[in-house]
Order: sequence, then C-alpha cells, then structure tokens
Amino acid sequence: MAREWAELTPEEKREERFKRWLSPQGVTFSSPKAEKAYKEKVTRFASAFQLKEADRIPCILPVSNYAAYYAGMDLRTVMYDYDKLKQAWLKFLHDFEEDLDTYIPPGLVPPGKSLEAVDYKLYKWPGRGISGETTTYQCVEAEYMKADEYDALIKDPTNFWLRTYMPRVFGALKGFPQLPALTSFEEIAIQSFVPFGLPDVQAGFQALMEAGTESLKWIAAVGAVVAEATAVGMPGIMSGLAKAPFDTLGDTLRGTQGIMMDMFQRPDKLHEAMERIAPLAIEAAIGAANAAAAPIVMMPLHKGADGFMSDKQYKTFYWPTFKKVIMALVNEGIVPILFAEGSYNTRLDIIKELPKASVAWWFDQTDMAEAKKVLGDRACLMGNVPTSLMMTGTPKEVKEHCRKLIEVCAPGGGYILSGGANIDKGPPENLRAMMAAAKEYGVYK
Amino acid sequence: MSGDFANLLADLKEDEVLKLTKERIESGEDPMKILEDSREGMGIVGKRFADGEYFLPELVFSGELLKQVTELVKPHLTQAVETKRLGTIVLGTVAGDIHDIGLNIVDFMLDVNGFEVHNLGVDVPKEKFVDKVKETKAPIVGLSGFLTPAFDAMKETVEAMEKAGLRKDIKIMIGGGQMDDEVKKYAGADAFGKDAMAAVALAKQWVGAS
Repeated sequence: MAREWAELTPEEKREERFKRWLSPQGVTFSSPKAEKAYKEKVTRFASAFQLKEADRIPCILPVSNYAAYYAGMDLRTVMYDYDKLKQAWLKFLHDFEEDLDTYIPPGLVPPGKSLEAVDYKLYKWPGRGISGETTTYQCVEAEYMKADEYDALIKDPTNFWLRTYMPRVFGALKGFPQLPALTSFEEIAIQSFVPFGLPDVQAGFQALMEAGTESLKWIAAVGAVVAEATAVGMPGIMSGLAKAPFDTLGDTLRGTQGIMMDMFQRPDKLHEAMERIAPLAIEAAIGAANAAAAPIVMMPLHKGADGFMSDKQYKTFYWPTFKKVIMALVNEGIVPILFAEGSYNTRLDIIKELPKASVAWWFDQTDMAEAKKVLGDRACLMGNVPTSLMMTGTPKEVKEHCRKLIEVCAPGGGYILSGGANIDKGPPENLRAMMAAAKEYGVYK
Repeated sequence: MSGDFANLLADLKEDEVLKLTKERIESGEDPMKILEDSREGMGIVGKRFADGEYFLPELVFSGELLKQVTELVKPHLTQAVETKRLGTIVLGTVAGDIHDIGLNIVDFMLDVNGFEVHNLGVDVPKEKFVDKVKETKAPIVGLSGFLTPAFDAMKETVEAMEKAGLRKDIKIMIGGGQMDDEVKKYAGADAFGKDAMAAVALAKQWVGAS
C-alpha cells in the first residue's frame, strides 16, 4: 500500500521523483535505443547529485541562445518567429544528438510580441532598447519599489504586485493602480466593477490578453521541441526557477543601490519582506517541479557573491531566507541547482552546512579545487569552463582545460562538467571538445 | 575636529555626520574645508574596501552620505572645487551591455584614489569612447562588460581607438563579469583587472604614480 506523499521522508520523496524522472509518464520514445539512452543519462545525473559514481561524469554543454546563432539566425529572430525558434533548436538537437547528456529547450527565449504587448520595461532585448545584434536580453535595474513601500509588500504581496509593481514594469498596465482591492468583492458587488470600466484599465487587460494569446503560440513551439528532445532520449535538467529572497528584492524591486541602503536604514523591514517572499518562491518552484519530469529547480544567485557583501552580511541578510527556500525544496525531494554567478570562494564554509547530497552547486568563477576540498563530500559540484575559452579558444585548449577540471572534481563522484556561464556564439568544435573530454577523461572505473 | 569628521563619515555615522555638517556651516567655516574632509573620509572608505573590511553596501551608503553632505554645503560654496588629480580616465560599459554595478565600483575607487574619471555609463558606442578620449586627452581607458556579447564589443572599441589613431597614446584595461585574460588577448587590450583594486593599481602604474 503506497503511503501518502506527506508521510514520506525527504529521501523517499526524492527517490520517488528520481523514479518518475527515469520513467516519465506520457513519453513515447522514438526507439528502444533512445529509451535506453534516456535512462543512462538520467542515471548519470541522478548519481552525480547523490555523490555516486556512474559509468562516467555527465556533461551539460554551456549553451543559452546558442542554437539561434548556430542555425544562422539571431536572438531577435527567434524571439519573434516561433517556427524559426523551433527550427533552430531542433537543428542543434539533431546535430549534437550524439554529444548531449541533456538538452536545454528554448523555454528561456521569451516571446517578443508578448513582451511588446504589455510594453515590458524591466528588460531590454535585441532591437528593443539595445542593438539588434546583442545576443542576450538584459535586466534594467531600477527602484521599482520605493523604500517606504515595504509595509505594502509585506501586508499583501499580490495586491502590491498588481497595483504597484506591475504598473511600473509593464507600461500597458499603467491604469492598474486604479484597480480595487480584489477582496472588495463581497456580497452583491456594487462599486467594485467601476474601475474595470475605465479605458486605461481595460487597455491593460486587453494587453495582457494579447500577451497571453501570443504566449500560447510560443509555448506550442517550445512544447514541440521538448517532446522531440525527450523522444530521442534527452532528459531535461531544469524544471523550474527560483530565486533567493534577497535577490528578488535586490534585483527587480529595490535595486542594488536601494537594498544596500536598506541593509543600514531599515534592516528589520528587509528581513520581514524576505520572510514574506520565501514561501512564494517555494510554492512556485515546487509547482514547476511537479509539472515536469526532472525533479530539479535552478536558482540563479546574484547579490550574495564574493565582493557584493561581507561574510557577516551574507550570514545576516542573504543566507537565512535563501537556506529556507533551499531546504523547503530539498524536503520535497527536489534537487536545487544553485548557480553562483561571480565567485563564492569566501562563502564555502558557510554553505557547507546543508545536508549531505541535497543540492548541486554550479560555480562560475569559484576556485574548483578549494570547492572540492570544502564541499566535495557534501554536495554535487558543477562548472566552470570559462565562457571566454569556449568562445575564443581552440578545441585543444578546451579539452585540456576540461581534463584538468575533471581531474580535480570528478574523483568519488558528484561532478557535472559544465560551463562557468553559458554562451550564445562560438565554434561548435569547442562544444564537441568539451563533450569529448567528459567521455574520455570522465570515465569511472 | 576635521579628522573626526572624516572618521565619522568613514564609519558611516549618518546622523552625526549630517549634524556636524550643519554645525560647521552655521559656524561660518569655509565650506571647502568640509568638502576636503569628506574627501578624506571617502578615501578611508576606499581603503577599507581595498582591505576587505568594507563591501558594496558600505560604498553605496557612504556615497549616499557624501551626496547629502555635498547638498548641504553646495549653497555656501563661493568658488569651484578644484582637486589635484593623478590622471584622467575614460570609463564605460561597452555597447550592447547595460550592466553598471561593477562599473560604478571602479569609478568610485578610481575617484577616491585621486583620478579624474569620465564615466560614460552603459551601452556606450565605440565612437563615444573615441570622442571622449579625444576631448579629454585621457591616457587611460577602462572598458567594463558583464556578459559574453561584451567580448566583441570590447574588441571593436579597441579597434576604433586604433582606427582613430589613438591607440598608441592610451592604455586600455578591461574588467567585469565574464572578462578575463583570454578576453584581454581577444580584444587587444593592455590589461585585465579582476576587481576595482586591480583597476586602481593598473591606473597608478600607468601614470607612474605607484
């Protein structure tokens, strides 16, 4: 008799999730060979997360918008033309099929027309705010939340988002501050409908509907790519995203400048807001992991990097609610991949307190030998072939760099060869060289 | 007393610093002296940052304090502020990249270490770098970038300097996010600095001040 999910231990939950990842529901593999390859790959990753040695180390090729440029297109083109998006990603999939342990579908390439429909101001993307030749979209940091708005956020985040934050980052929703609190719908609704009749409020809803219609077309293209990748035996490696609460506030609400002032001027409010945000991040991430096969949530980390704050500030402001999000996911049987941009050299002694084999640390520029020494028997490590080498080096140099990394990180299990960050352009031979290194030097005997 | 002011600012004592600023203005003291003391205080902040005692939050907060002090003092100034400088530097984040956290730290540290910094901001076209170097005759250029598209933008900016006939007269340093010595080679720059302290050391070396 199967026990209720809630009664399982975190380890049992993870075991269940790994089983589901290994034998995903509703997937028809294109051949028995594809199914066998899929299971081998999942086993490789699952072993690495559990600090066990499989046949060899797994590898994640460091590509983000790479498929677009590889297919002779660019980011702008695939953001606006979903057929081309599909075409480019499938070309990369099939050209590199033999070389991939996992495959990153184009789910992080947003639909340009949706963003335009709502006049999105939080980001710039090629042709909209930055040159059409730029290979990435980029966040525009500003004080979207004012210093005196902490109480409003803490009291009711949804209301704050709808009526204060969203009108600031979506130009088309500029009428939304006029919306009533939705909880005002009580008994027989009388005045609460009135704001919905205002032209600029209606224009906002119209814009959201347009963005939605466009996003449905986009998600169909992305879905088709995911289905084909899985069918040929490619497991996904990332089912959802989550952020550390300090980053949520520091990146897109208060901005770096604002949150760092808050550390001095209103630390209690900052702590309270992070505690308020943590459960929202947790719920969204668990939902995403439940909806996909891979029990993995990626957390891109920003403002806790070396140099951004002292170890003491990290321990006071960054770590407590970050750890809370991590542990909530771990307790649900999910593996968080913690992507530490920049370096985390001085944080290693703090972060080693997490339970053994519960998370994977993906390092950008952290010293991997030191990381292996401090965290090697505790956490799976990922990283950190430099983007500069992948883009400007030779295949020989790439392979040699990978060999050295593998030598340091692979012994005893718990290592996934990957980039420090991902690239959009560069010689395909360098990607093949990286994969060749995993197959040649990463074998466990 | 002036040493106290500089230390209070460096210790980020907001209330005391502002109170003392007002008292000094009211007592009829030369406002230039207050600014000089502030400068000394910011120098201590820079030193503590370089020593790993202070981090970004302290830089941000001290910058905010300085702004408040300057605003209080400004109406009482009768002459333009002139500071002796070690050298001039043109700084900016290259085209196609809009990141400025690292850029502003480097600006801050070069400034408190005695350089005149012309910060062109983010997403700066190569022509703008060229024009600013021509205008200021700056012997040093700092190119900032966070993401991989900056590799090519840096290369193109260096090439533009070459084309404009400026390259032989200037030293170019790069830094930020994904930049490293490989990118320095690729872009044809003179040096890569891994942080703001490295930028200061390079600049001092290049103007013969170290």
